[in-house]
Amino acid sequence: MTNSQYVPTIGIETHVQLKTKTKLFSAVGNDARQAPPNTLISHIDVGLPGALPVLNQAAIELCARAALALNTDPQKFSWFERKHYFYPDLPKGYQITQYQAPIIKGGFLEIEAGGRTKKIKIERANLEEDAGKNIHPAGADYTLIDLNRAGTPLLEIVSRPEINSAAEAKAYVRELWLLMKYADVTDGDLYHGHMRFDINVSVARAGDKLGTRSEIKNLNSFRSVEAAVAYEIKRQIELLEKGQKVIQETRGWDEAKQKSVAQRGKEEAEDYRYMPEPDIPPLELTDKFIEDVKAELPKLPPQLRRQLDKLGIDKKVTEDILDRQSIVKPILDVLAAGSPADARRVAFWLIHAQPAETEKVGIVEPEIDSARLISLSKMVDGGELSSTAAKAVFDELLSSPEDPMTIAKRLNLLQVTDTAAIEKIVEEVITENPKVAEDIKQGEMKAIGFLVGQVMTKSQGQANPKVAQELIKKQLDLVE
Amino acid sequence: MADWEPISVIADKVQKGELKAVDLVKRSFDMIGRTKDFDAIISVPEARAIERAKEIDAQIAKGQKVDRLAGVPFVAKDNFLTFSGKTTAASHMLENFEAPYQATAINRLEVEGAICVAKSNLDAWAHGSSTENSDFFVTKNPFDKTRVPGGSSGGSAAAVALKIAPFALGTDTGGSIRLPAAFCGIVGYKPTYGLVSRSGVVAMASSTDVIGPLAASVAEASIILDVMAGRDELDSTTIERDTEGYDVQTSKFKLQNAKIGVIDEYLTEDLEPGVEKQVDAVIQKLKQAGTKIEPISLPSLPLALAVYYIICPAEVSSNLARYDGQRYGLFAKDAKNLEESYMLSRELGFGAEAKRRIMIGSHVLSSGYFEAYYQKAQTVRTKIINEFTSAFKKFDFLIGPTSPTTAFKIGAKTKDPLKMYLSDIMTVAANISGNPAINLPAGFSNNLPVGLQIIAPMHADRQLLAFAKSVEELLA
Repeated sequence: MTNSQYVPTIGIETHVQLKTKTKLFSAVGNDARQAPPNTLISHIDVGLPGALPVLNQAAIELCARAALALNTDPQKFSWFERKHYFYPDLPKGYQITQYQAPIIKGGFLEIEAGGRTKKIKIERANLEEDAGKNIHPAGADYTLIDLNRAGTPLLEIVSRPEINSAAEAKAYVRELWLLMKYADVTDGDLYHGHMRFDINVSVARAGDKLGTRSEIKNLNSFRSVEAAVAYEIKRQIELLEKGQKVIQETRGWDEAKQKSVAQRGKEEAEDYRYMPEPDIPPLELTDKFIEDVKAELPKLPPQLRRQLDKLGIDKKVTEDILDRQSIVKPILDVLAAGSPADARRVAFWLIHAQPAETEKVGIVEPEIDSARLISLSKMVDGGELSSTAAKAVFDELLSSPEDPMTIAKRLNLLQVTDTAAIEKIVEEVITENPKVAEDIKQGEMKAIGFLVGQVMTKSQGQANPKVAQELIKKQLDLVE
Repeated sequence: MADWEPISVIADKVQKGELKAVDLVKRSFDMIGRTKDFDAIISVPEARAIERAKEIDAQIAKGQKVDRLAGVPFVAKDNFLTFSGKTTAASHMLENFEAPYQATAINRLEVEGAICVAKSNLDAWAHGSSTENSDFFVTKNPFDKTRVPGGSSGGSAAAVALKIAPFALGTDTGGSIRLPAAFCGIVGYKPTYGLVSRSGVVAMASSTDVIGPLAASVAEASIILDVMAGRDELDSTTIERDTEGYDVQTSKFKLQNAKIGVIDEYLTEDLEPGVEKQVDAVIQKLKQAGTKIEPISLPSLPLALAVYYIICPAEVSSNLARYDGQRYGLFAKDAKNLEESYMLSRELGFGAEAKRRIMIGSHVLSSGYFEAYYQKAQTVRTKIINEFTSAFKKFDFLIGPTSPTTAFKIGAKTKDPLKMYLSDIMTVAANISGNPAINLPAGFSNNLPVGLQIIAPMHADRQLLAFAKSVEELLA
């Protein structure tokens, strides 16, 4: 994709929606996903005369967690400012944000792309309120405004421009998503825009100073970040190769056509007339507060990766597990109580039972109880269940409080290891398939699988396939 | 017209059934009618006031105890959000605005039995020193109808002087309680910044806005402050109450114990001779009473007005940004598109002074100018605060005139905004620094009231009120 003469430089700004119960400055519910328009609003969110913002302390704790997840401490002293512009979805005529003194400065995260690990440094992250939404009904000559989202807390995390490829960009946004989800900072529902990405891309000939950048705003999936970065790099290199210039501009991403399009022409730089927010005293964090947050910080992906390594699984599978947050704990529980083999088996069951959270739309997570998973896994080891039968029991387990044995019995899935019973079926199968039996005798050992399959069918899956195979060999005089 | 009895006496009589709240409210309405020529009042929430008065009378008839302000009528400046009727901030923008919630200050007064009987005139958005900037009409001075009552709480000060109610509420951003109190010959109290919640009060300059009472006496003002003061979870800038409260009705401050500084910078040659004479007279009486009085210079004080006219418009331009016609307030129906809707709604909704301040404020906040204006002003602001702090290491209180002049003629300064801004020259410093300050009536000059200003250390509201009460007694 890249012409090796050119070095792409990419910086990413990410808006993370914090999972507070109430909004950043008012005591109104924060989860607008199911709410009818303008039902989650107060005099503060509407910007009535005399309404004053009251800072939600819970948001500060989430910011502190985010800082720790990014390998830095939150700033002990920060303050809010007003950023002014007129827009119908911005009720006060200004957004309360942080500018000169954000709550997070510095920090980093580690990504893996192209087979190597790379540290991407964070410039800063500031706490701010979201705006409402403008809704343009089709064919109408008016615009509707929904202020449910106005005042929702956002943490805007700005990376240093240290990302150099589309693959790195994708790895960065995914790792950031994992960190914020596991640190319990956000619900991370990408479908509902809980994380939105703005990418800044420029290219320059190796050794030259940075090129002119373009910006693509409001991307909401890892895939679109990757595609948009790749497209921009290619577009800009082509322009430069033709001797043309890259214009500094904001471009839009057309998901259907997979290309970026010029959105707004070259405009005057907007002057937001930043001003310290006089209605909110500066924010001071004590050492004790920071220590308390540290003490309660959940396990984060880098640590979890090291633990999951003990399963002896492929790195790709580890990432599949991390993409499904709800299955991590049961797997690690099984690992702690059982063997790596148990944990591995359970991991595969769980991965297949759960769609990745990046793909899902509001799926309710089943409660997974690791004790039952361990006993189910042990039943496979002990030959009481075939792996197919175990999968069926597992599927039932997710919606039933019964123990695996009860389920296996109820579904009639317990394996028959009783040699006499299986011997009879084996006899029948050999009689019915003389040609295959002869092939096996002649050394065509692959054909034995066919006979085992027949035994399994006749026993309705209950025969232990290992035992069946041994008996087939025995009856055909292949073992003494 | 007869004076109102002191607030504590009124409430006591209502509680005992000797006075009916309904009659008190009706007396206020009657006075509003009789003083119509002065244009102190914008609107009267009559139905709600009567209803509340009846409730209070009924509670008392049932033998229930109503609190310290049982049945006491009051006037609120029309930038306090109140139920029933309109809250206009004396602007066309909010001419038809009905508030869906009430100011914390109003709620606290109502809890103790007070009844809002009228909303008073002001300079639109509290921008001004004379009420001439009201988008509706000019309030006249109760002592001379050809003169201004001061501003921006001119309607509230006039209402108390005209005896419409025993007390009124005002807001003081650069002197807007103290100056009209001085011009109308009453007590006006500006508390320490943050002592009274600003929730539900139309914001002017958030970092200097305070809410305070206007009343006939210091003791009465102190009760009202006591009712309103303290932390409010709806205003993050509010502070804790003094554990002893602010009611100084029974306190006795010994004047001979006080060390008073007379601010040099306020005794300038621009001082009207009649004002100077009255202030001198107070100083002499204080000396005779044994008070230690010395001159003190606060050299940065003359810069306070310049600082104020950078910080205040900056915050004004920001606070007025929400008035865009899209959700409430004046909406220009003829606009063809969004931008025109913004432009026209604000063109029609804001008067000349609001526009002037929006432009100044937008300019000083714009990139490239922010450092030169806003940031420099904040630096000087810190210097002024430091000078006050060091002065209060030596003195308990600082005194001076509230205004260099008595009430001026209507129209005298309207053509020259700078001249109008200079009216606040002696009051703005306490807003810039956040210190509590009071206007105390100090006699007359040419039949017009003269005001004495006393400024106290941060959070010394109780001490200031107690001292002011003793000075009031001394001057009586």
